[in-house]
Amino acid sequence: MVDGGGTGVEVSVVQRSRPAVPALAVLAHHLTGYRRTWRAGIFSSFLLPTLTVVGFGLGVGAYVEQGVDGVPYLDWIVPGLLASTAVQVAIAESTWPVFSNFQWTRTYFAQSSAPLRVGDILAGHLGFVLFRALTASTAFLLVTALFGALASPWAVLTLPVVALLCLAVAAPTFAYAAAVSSDSWLAMLFRFALIPMTLFAGVFFPVESLPDGLRPLAYATPLWHAVDLCRAATLGVPPQSSAVGHLLYLAAWAALGWVLAVRLFRRRLVV
Amino acid sequence: MSKCLVVVGGHRYGRPVTSAAPLIRARGLVKRFGDFTAVDGIDVEVRPGEAFGFLGPNGAGKSSTMRMIGCISPPSGGELRILGMDPVRDGPAIRARLGVCPQLDNLDPELTVQENLTTYARYFGVPRSTARRRAAELLDFVQLTERADSRVEPLSGGMKRRLTIARALVNEPEIVLLDEPTTGLDPQARHLVWERLFRLKQQGVTLVLTTHYMDEAEQLCDRLVVMDGGRIVAEGSPRALIEQHSTREVLELRFAAESQEAFAGKLDGLGERVEVLPDRVLLYVTDGDAALAQVEARGLTPAAVLVRRSSLEDVFLHLTGRTLVD
Ligand SMILES: Nc1ncnc2c1ncn2[C@@H]1O[C@H](COP(=O)(O)OP(=O)(O)O)[C@@H](O)[C@H]1O
Ligand SMILES: [Mg+2]
Repeated sequence: MVDGGGTGVEVSVVQRSRPAVPALAVLAHHLTGYRRTWRAGIFSSFLLPTLTVVGFGLGVGAYVEQGVDGVPYLDWIVPGLLASTAVQVAIAESTWPVFSNFQWTRTYFAQSSAPLRVGDILAGHLGFVLFRALTASTAFLLVTALFGALASPWAVLTLPVVALLCLAVAAPTFAYAAAVSSDSWLAMLFRFALIPMTLFAGVFFPVESLPDGLRPLAYATPLWHAVDLCRAATLGVPPQSSAVGHLLYLAAWAALGWVLAVRLFRRRLVV
Repeated sequence: MSKCLVVVGGHRYGRPVTSAAPLIRARGLVKRFGDFTAVDGIDVEVRPGEAFGFLGPNGAGKSSTMRMIGCISPPSGGELRILGMDPVRDGPAIRARLGVCPQLDNLDPELTVQENLTTYARYFGVPRSTARRRAAELLDFVQLTERADSRVEPLSGGMKRRLTIARALVNEPEIVLLDEPTTGLDPQARHLVWERLFRLKQQGVTLVLTTHYMDEAEQLCDRLVVMDGGRIVAEGSPRALIEQHSTREVLELRFAAESQEAFAGKLDGLGERVEVLPDRVLLYVTDGDAALAQVEARGLTPAAVLVRRSSLEDVFLHLTGRTLVD
């Protein structure tokens, strides 16, 4: 070791190249930052589903005595709330954090000076958002299982579905957050995309109850496709529309979002 | 005091440099943003073990050049080779061997001082245990060991800068790029940074830095280019530049009047050259005291007088007609 006024730095031969999977090093970076705040996060990821299940399922459910499609309202609404929780986490984690990494902390610029490619930086951060959405969803499933709101063991299949859903909304949101010049645009995304989608994509009531003109909008949201799949899984019934179609639709959002995000990240990082 | 060296690129610096092939070679290098040309065809060569500087005012194109060398900004024209490779094609391979201290600090405020180094080290494929050891060594080097577990936010500007420099060294780079390493720091913090950079330089690390402080350039650079408006206007060692473009001494005269111009006219025939600034007149001479005697013999009574040696500031003023820091 060198003392404070020593001549330099202790010799240690460091191999320098690129990590085997660079995106994993990026993911590790985000997880290291998360380690400091996860306690507060984990508390809310259990508290929030508990409150929503109690509030909507039991509270509102008491007024919906006949249930929906012959299913108790709590059981019917839980898969919808699960998917919408995943969407909320995914969007929250890919708006301000992404904007900040460009604008405020400039973390992406630090990363781009290392031997990483734009795709590594993007994939690592997206991986972290996926981690956040999956942990929140798992907590949600555990809480609802305790409330006896999962009718079928197929419920575990909701996890891969929400993972795909998370990518389907997070990837385009990354692109959006990389494109906007001011963070007031991020709040707009919540107001004009997240909230309407949560309200009308079949989470709280069936899309069929919407006026004819609005239904296509609901069907166009990635959320509705995931809700239908999750509901089929937790109730143990077939989905309203083709499962493969749902998965392909979600995958298309994820793929398109990825392509857009890479392009917009590159525009910001390689100038 | 223990005698240690930084190992960079697997070589122990401090030994005589054997290979003289340039580490960085630019020919007619251009950077355009839309129709605006920020770097307008510059030729640069940086050799191993050298401390090389880009001196120029704000907007000269220093950062644009550094970003091209750092392989995060593709050149718009000309030729650029770094470590013998093409920055566009071999970006990641080159960046693996560079250390970068950007103009704006981009440390991660969510992480501790030490985590900022260890997470960054992993981007270079440094194993976790090596990264921790390396982080401890570097924190010692930049005198931040006591702050290892502190968050970045409460650190002073000088500490953040030193941490950024430490981060630039995690991969034992062959070239360290420093974009305005001490801009915005108070004098004491600047001296601490200079002292650390000087130590790296003594160990033979190749440094490439930009600055608009002539004292920084004089202290740290073996060789530098003076940049203005995207072009290189002069090149050489600080001493050679001063000898070539300025006189030995400068007599600074401040006249207690609205306009310095009126007095400048009365200095005709004194010294090699006169520069009139808004607040003072600079007389370029070989012997300042002798020149002052002549000024006084002409019946002129300046309110303040200073005799000093020529600096790079004078070189810049002579070459461009403007001061470096406005
Ligand atoms: N991304 C960019 N887009 C447009 N203009 C830019 C960009 N980056 C730098 N410039 C312009 O290029 C010129 C040189 O900038 P820069 O290289 O930052 O100079 P310096 O570092 O010497 O102050 C400035 O006029 C600046 O406004
Ligand atoms: Mg600059």
